Amino acid sequence: MNETNLDAPIGATAERKVVLQSPGQAPDPKWVIVTRGIKREYDMGGEVVRALRGVDLAISRNEYVAIMGPSGSGKSTLMNVIGCLDTPNAGEYWLNGTLVSSMSDDALARVRNKEIGFVFQTFNLLPRATALHNVELPLVYAGIPSDERKKRAKEALARVQLDHRMDHRPNELSGGQRQRVAIARALVNRPSILLADEPTGNLDSQTSEEIMRVFEELATQGQTVIMVTHEPDIASHARRVIVLRDGEVATDDRREQFTQRLGM
Amino acid sequence: MPLFDAVRLALQTLRVQKLKSFFTLLGVTISVTFLIAVVSVVEGMSKYVEQDFAGKFLGVNTFNVRRFPDIQNDVTDLEWRAWQRRPRITPDDGEAIKAALPADARWAMQDLQWGQASSAFKTSGQQVLSMAVTPGYFGIKDLNITTGRIFNDQEDALGSNVVVIGSEIAEQYFPNLDPLGRELRINKFPFTVIGVLEKQGTVFGLNLDRQIMAPFHSYMSIITRARLNLYGVVVQASTPAAYPALQQTVREVMRKRHRLRPSEDDNFVLEGSDTALAQWLTIKKFLVLAGMFLPAIGLVVGAIVIMNIMLVAVAERTREIGIRMSIGARRRDILRQFLIESATLSVVGAILGIVLGIGLSKGVAAVSPLPAAVAPWSILLAVTVGAGVGIIAGAYPASRASKLDPIFAMRQE
Repeated sequence: MNETNLDAPIGATAERKVVLQSPGQAPDPKWVIVTRGIKREYDMGGEVVRALRGVDLAISRNEYVAIMGPSGSGKSTLMNVIGCLDTPNAGEYWLNGTLVSSMSDDALARVRNKEIGFVFQTFNLLPRATALHNVELPLVYAGIPSDERKKRAKEALARVQLDHRMDHRPNELSGGQRQRVAIARALVNRPSILLADEPTGNLDSQTSEEIMRVFEELATQGQTVIMVTHEPDIASHARRVIVLRDGEVATDDRREQFTQRLGM
Repeated sequence: MPLFDAVRLALQTLRVQKLKSFFTLLGVTISVTFLIAVVSVVEGMSKYVEQDFAGKFLGVNTFNVRRFPDIQNDVTDLEWRAWQRRPRITPDDGEAIKAALPADARWAMQDLQWGQASSAFKTSGQQVLSMAVTPGYFGIKDLNITTGRIFNDQEDALGSNVVVIGSEIAEQYFPNLDPLGRELRINKFPFTVIGVLEKQGTVFGLNLDRQIMAPFHSYMSIITRARLNLYGVVVQASTPAAYPALQQTVREVMRKRHRLRPSEDDNFVLEGSDTALAQWLTIKKFLVLAGMFLPAIGLVVGAIVIMNIMLVAVAERTREIGIRMSIGARRRDILRQFLIESATLSVVGAILGIVLGIGLSKGVAAVSPLPAAVAPWSILLAVTVGAGVGIIAGAYPASRASKLDPIFAMRQE
């Protein structure tokens, strides 16, 4: 089963097999994310929870991927590992040709700043800061001077059609607008991957569609997008859908195969 | 995160939570207020003592050769009796000192006694500080004349019975009159007034406008009994640098005249503002220490309050910390942010305290005779201490913030 699924999305089975089965070797630059046998276990009061039991993934540049799974399948843990917020207990994680699974805290902070743009279900904007300041924040930690910061933050807000509301605080914006501010913040440092965690979880269906259109557009422009969701219709916007079950990859399909199987 | 952004963020927090910030800063503000006020008052007193007292009463760069100190602290009976056995200082000693002095040094002999003054217009009153001095005295004490003149060397040598009087004596004994040329009797002995001194005010309860000076060789020296024991030989150095060498010269003259062997101690005293102020400087040191110790206790309390508030702030903003970490803040960035925030809080408190402290010391100066002089170093100290207290108080909360797990932190509400 895995054989066909693995080879389905991009249609380069042999290549993907090679990159996944050569441990310790830096993958070809075309692969943004390569994980080899990633394991993550938690000690919950004496009981060991095995959230990830060996995840192999290869995602190339410009892909638009959804990661799905029921709750407890490990998709949040996988997203935290991919987002460098968490480190795996075992396995290799290569991001953009760099082995990040063994990096220090500070180095991981740097990677989060430069390589990853997060979009969260609850937006996670700073409530007391304006939209512009929220978008500027990653640039502040990147050590970019103020003028340059303002310029780039305005550009990023313009990309999500919010340049007219940049002086508003989050509580003065609608849910969809907040999420667009979050997307602008995620994009402002030109990250390798845009990592969205249930990006429409707090939005009504109309606004969800609006946000999905933004992602679609970004993907079309060549931005690598990885989206974690448990809603099949949201996942079906992606070009490739990975389904996790019990901490392992269950299926890894093209969108067409995925929707077909679901009978959508 | 750049310093400027962190400071702005802290000030923004202050502005949003005015009441909470007020209580937070109260401890630091009050401590700094009192630090500034106490130091200002002590400095003011110090200026008063060192300039007015030492300057007017003793003279600048000036010392007096005396039998024993005029300004005495904690003298035991034993010391007192020893002093009484010392040889007297005589006019001959004065002349010998004069002969040994370098050309740029100034010299005068001074003797004094409280005397009863009377004139044709006022026959009794409080006693008057009556002095017999050589003319050099006026220059050393920087005494200026408003009307008339001082006496000269010839008048002194001839023993003319002329007198220069203080402004208050002039007003009381010659009301609405020109005192020049009129007669002022001291202990019934007549002197002719030739000059009136400029108004000088009071130093430590001694009214400097109630003194009179007559030539050293006039009849005044009989009144003051200068021939038995001279109150002092006054010597002034031209510069502070020349002062120690001048003291050495005079000491040698006096030791020679008193035939002291090298092993024997001086049996006279060279009393200058340095020796006279020794006691004051000890008191001042203690006052400044006490003035800093009490606010220091306040600062400890202030620091604990700030620490608590910062712990609350970290708890309240756990989610913010998580967000910042997720977009690339390193642990040290978070640490810095909270340290700067608590330092800013504390410095704002200190600045408030400085303003209030200056106000308080000006208030004290206005309603009491205590002068106030705000010491620049105390302002610098207050700001430094403010920042220090903030950093120390913020260290624990900031380190807790920086050790948060970003995933856990972002899940907090």
